[in-house]
Amino acid sequence: MSHSTTAAPPTPAAPPPPGGTPKRWRLSLARLDIRYSPYLYIAPFFLIFGIFGLYPMLRTFWMSLHDWDLIGDHTFIGFDNYTRLLTDEYFWNALINTLGIFVLSTVPQLLLALFLANLLNRTLLRAKTFFRLAIFVPNVVSVAAVAIVFGMLYQREYGLVNWLLGFVGIDQIDWDGQTWSSWTAIASMVNWRWTGYNTLILLAGMQAIPRDLYEAAEIDGAGQWRQFWRITLPLLRPTFIFVVILSTIGGMQLFTEPLLFGNGNIIGGTQRDFQTLAMYMYEMGITNLNSAGYGAAVAWALFMIIGLMSLLNFVLVRRAAK
Amino acid sequence: MSLTTRRSRLAASALAAITALGGLAACGNDDEPAAGEKPSKLIVETFGEFGYEELVKQYEKDTGIKIELRKTAQLREYRPKLVRYLATGKGAGDVVALEEGILNEFKSNPRNWVDLAPLIDDHSEDYLPWKWELGKAPDGRLMGLPTDVGSLAVCYRKDLFEAAGLPTERDEVSALWSDWDSFLETGRAYKEGSGGKALIDTIVTVSEAVLFQQGDDLFYDKENNIIAETSPAVKAAWDTATSMVELSAKIETWSPEWSGGFKQGSFAATFCPSWMLGIVAENSGEANKGKWDVAAVPGGGGNWGGSWLAVPEQSAYHEEAAKLAEFLTNATSQVEAFKAKGPLPTHLEALQDEAFLSYTNEYFSGAPTGKIFGESVSKIEPIHLGPKHQAVKENAFGLALRGFENGQVSEDEAWQQFIKDAQIQGAF
Repeated sequence: MSHSTTAAPPTPAAPPPPGGTPKRWRLSLARLDIRYSPYLYIAPFFLIFGIFGLYPMLRTFWMSLHDWDLIGDHTFIGFDNYTRLLTDEYFWNALINTLGIFVLSTVPQLLLALFLANLLNRTLLRAKTFFRLAIFVPNVVSVAAVAIVFGMLYQREYGLVNWLLGFVGIDQIDWDGQTWSSWTAIASMVNWRWTGYNTLILLAGMQAIPRDLYEAAEIDGAGQWRQFWRITLPLLRPTFIFVVILSTIGGMQLFTEPLLFGNGNIIGGTQRDFQTLAMYMYEMGITNLNSAGYGAAVAWALFMIIGLMSLLNFVLVRRAAK
Repeated sequence: MSLTTRRSRLAASALAAITALGGLAACGNDDEPAAGEKPSKLIVETFGEFGYEELVKQYEKDTGIKIELRKTAQLREYRPKLVRYLATGKGAGDVVALEEGILNEFKSNPRNWVDLAPLIDDHSEDYLPWKWELGKAPDGRLMGLPTDVGSLAVCYRKDLFEAAGLPTERDEVSALWSDWDSFLETGRAYKEGSGGKALIDTIVTVSEAVLFQQGDDLFYDKENNIIAETSPAVKAAWDTATSMVELSAKIETWSPEWSGGFKQGSFAATFCPSWMLGIVAENSGEANKGKWDVAAVPGGGGNWGGSWLAVPEQSAYHEEAAKLAEFLTNATSQVEAFKAKGPLPTHLEALQDEAFLSYTNEYFSGAPTGKIFGESVSKIEPIHLGPKHQAVKENAFGLALRGFENGQVSEDEAWQQFIKDAQIQGAF
């Protein structure tokens, strides 16, 4: 389907030329084009989303209603998997871990991103393009590489972090041995990787704010700080909501970093200190072949939690900005 | 065969992450294969190194059937592949290598696999009896033909032993720890002589060694009920392992710290299934060649790992595939494979073979590994593993021991945690 290049603009009011059937036919074709071709243009996305997004989701839901053995029998059990979820200690543990790591990673990350974006938005900054590019580099590095390098930094015996802490008299920390330390270590990987990304999005948002507002404020005698609070932040609200929701979706699905931090063990530490929801889903759905149905229920619970959290974020950020 | 695995656990997990959601959506589908006509090609699917390259060429020459060897480097990547083949009903090779843990898990759904017994000659007397028995599914069908066995020995650093004032000759060292009590004593002596250094990497490897020496039921009874709490074998492994905490460097097996620990000398000994020798050598590096040696394991025998060859139901050529598996696991083939890549034979004739018994390993100070592991093999007690043995061992037993070892929980708490997790991990 080609884009409408017909010279005739769709003017329904134009009188039909006498006896001009081919022309009228072309006109109605143009009308069809205007009306329906946009749907065709966006169809590929929906097709692909349907196959790789919607279908797996529905299929997963169907699985979650079964006692499903990945390589064996399936028995329909209704919502039993979901009732089991409610009393499953390890599910709640994974949820708390996920939320904990999420808070530890998202809050400092967005604050830092906001600060950096504001810095990069300064007109006086030299080598702007260089800094803007440099800040994005961590995001391009493969997540597995990041996790492996950070895993080495946080080693107990030969890790750089413990070595540095040794200079200020802090004893070796067994980073994957406790909840707080493992959360911190994992959050630091996430922060390192995503701060630059969020900075760029916020920066783009800031650049969309009209310059004359700042100029006017300056003439009125408002300082940098006041300008930031009174102009940048309120006008950045839509971008900020977007960034927060994106971080929520990413943070709730955290998988690779904690997995590799624990040397690839799906349990996440000996006491399940840092097993996230996505890891628990994988443990139940893939590692344990026979509980794939339950794993699917975990996946759907995760989906619903993300939906709820995004909604909550949306409402909170909106209200806060008011 | 070599559970070479977790060194590249990292890369594998990254891949797993990507396939996670896709896998959840995989669907079951049992297509009945067409049988009968002579195949033009058979696919042999293995992981790690089975040493089949030359054997396969010979089989091609003898039968005129083309054979394709499909190898997956790491067990961690291999298992998800097999699961996908089985879940979707297509893609698997005609002959598939199943590692101990995988085999036991797949036994819960035996109809995915062909009963080999009617397709080949009777070999029930030819192999180590326990190994042969483990190849059978609960419904009685012969699911797999034995390939290799892990067997068990202790790898130790001669130079570190010498520095700590301990004997270094492998026979003397073996005599030093004839049982686990004397192993503990040796560890204490090493600690004293070396200024407080640890003898072993982690108590988890001790628990594995002891577990397989006990024989009979481990985590499951014969009816596959979970008996973690009452099993004498499990209790023995637990008690021996927890008594060794003072000797342990507390380093998790397969972690980067563990790999680095070989070079750093963080521990002076580790438990070595035969396939572990290559990993020890690689982690220690060329600089430490000749510093390692191999001694007998306390308490004799023991096993860790090992595989079977099976034919999936989805293969189109059950009979021909079974014949090929039979060929690859016969005595001559097992000796050839051992010479090529080192998997320990399980065929009784192969275990008596001169080429096998006289083999020495240069990296390990010329230790007669064929003889050491061969002797250890003959002492392995028959065991019953149960469907989710691997998961219980790794994610309940091993984790609880590590929690205790690291001082995160008391021994009592760790035991309670194990009992609870054994129920969860062991459910099938």
